[in-house]
Amino acid sequence: MIRVRNLHKSFHLHHQGGAELPVLEGVSLDVAPGECVVLDGASGAGKSTLLKCLYANYRATRGTVEVAGTELTTASDQALLELRRRKIGYVSQFLRAIPRVAAVDVVTEGMEDRTGAREAAEQLLLRLRIPIRLWSVPPATFSGGEQQRINIARTFIRRMPVVLLDEPTASLDAENRITVATLVNEAREAGAAIVGIFHDRTVRDAVATRVVDMGALH
Amino acid sequence: MILQASHIEKSFGHRAAVAGVSFEIHEGEVLAVVGESGSGKSTLLNCVSGRLRPDAGTVSFRTRHEGVKDIFALGEAERRLLARTDWGFVHQSPEQGLRMEVSAGANVGERLMALGERHYGRIRACASDWLSRVEMDPARMDESPRAFSGGMRQRLQIARNLVTRPRLVFMDEPTSGLDVSVQAKLLDLLRSLTRELGLAAIIVTHDLAVARLLAHRMLVMKEGRVVEQGLTDQVLDDPQHPYTQLLVSSVLQP
Repeated sequence: MIRVRNLHKSFHLHHQGGAELPVLEGVSLDVAPGECVVLDGASGAGKSTLLKCLYANYRATRGTVEVAGTELTTASDQALLELRRRKIGYVSQFLRAIPRVAAVDVVTEGMEDRTGAREAAEQLLLRLRIPIRLWSVPPATFSGGEQQRINIARTFIRRMPVVLLDEPTASLDAENRITVATLVNEAREAGAAIVGIFHDRTVRDAVATRVVDMGALH
Repeated sequence: MILQASHIEKSFGHRAAVAGVSFEIHEGEVLAVVGESGSGKSTLLNCVSGRLRPDAGTVSFRTRHEGVKDIFALGEAERRLLARTDWGFVHQSPEQGLRMEVSAGANVGERLMALGERHYGRIRACASDWLSRVEMDPARMDESPRAFSGGMRQRLQIARNLVTRPRLVFMDEPTSGLDVSVQAKLLDLLRSLTRELGLAAIIVTHDLAVARLLAHRMLVMKEGRVVEQGLTDQVLDDPQHPYTQLLVSSVLQP
């Protein structure tokens, strides 16, 4: 489902003296459906960069990145948008709050199939312990943890074959971390290929089918 | 593909405003064109929307019924019809896009009349419906646009443009004339309308936050050329060109 070969990613900083900042230098990784790979390594090891390359948010400097049958490095913009619409879910570290859109609509808006969307959203919001009085409120005013749970809900509701998780539990309390771990496991058991970054050991141990050290990927 | 621009060039005197720009846009896609003033982005928009004939290059548009047409090969009348039916154009200043001397309702309704609708009741009902969709009070439809605030005028201009159900809308800095507090409301409205109607849109803006919120893809222009293009989050999170890096690092994170 995910096949990365010899991936290099460096940042060329034109206004900082033209510095070349290599972050990934020849990474290879395979992730099969039903696997949950947790990326490990010190801060700065490139975990988040790799995840962003898998979402085509960062453009690879060299190498190949195949996700759900599409080679990201050569795909058209349209193919990438289509892939994100139908195949890849990505939970970023922070929710980019959309002004004036109610929480429940933020959760459902990426769904292709609208039938039962609202009920599914409400179930997820209940499981993630978002108080009912907040469902119709735009998440811009929510706490960090509430925003993050909306972010998680809007990805998991779409049941994508590939799920990428960038520290989804960082701002959550223990109870909600367990819920997120359960959601990850459910998605994996349903056949999703999952790659995530989790600093919390309990969550990591609960979800990982494989822990890979960034250093070992090179 | 709904519109394809190839090798567009346009000079004013000795100055090349647009120096060879090509891009295409697909159905339902929102494309942002960013760059600072003088980068040629508004000239490009005027060229691809048929308002300004380029010195060189072609603009092809996929019409509803007659396949792909080169818009500058069309006669003036045909191009005007296209501009009133399949296209919308939202100007930065609502005063440019509205007829200030007729009522709000007439601003919306006359677009329908231009398409042959003659039934007064239907025109009025449709105008009223569109005023509500842009969150204006339909009870005020007989008032002059002059009676409305800047943000309301801009929403009226949007209603006037969308009432004919265009497939492609051109927007030139649609939010930049407004107070910040009003901008968010308009942006949200544009975002939900483009999604609901499956509209394709080309939005010229100098505001990267507008691009972030509305656009699937973006082009970055500098001195009449496209220096970088890609998915919106690629360009904003991983800018490659020196100019884009400068642009992105010069503003608070959008």
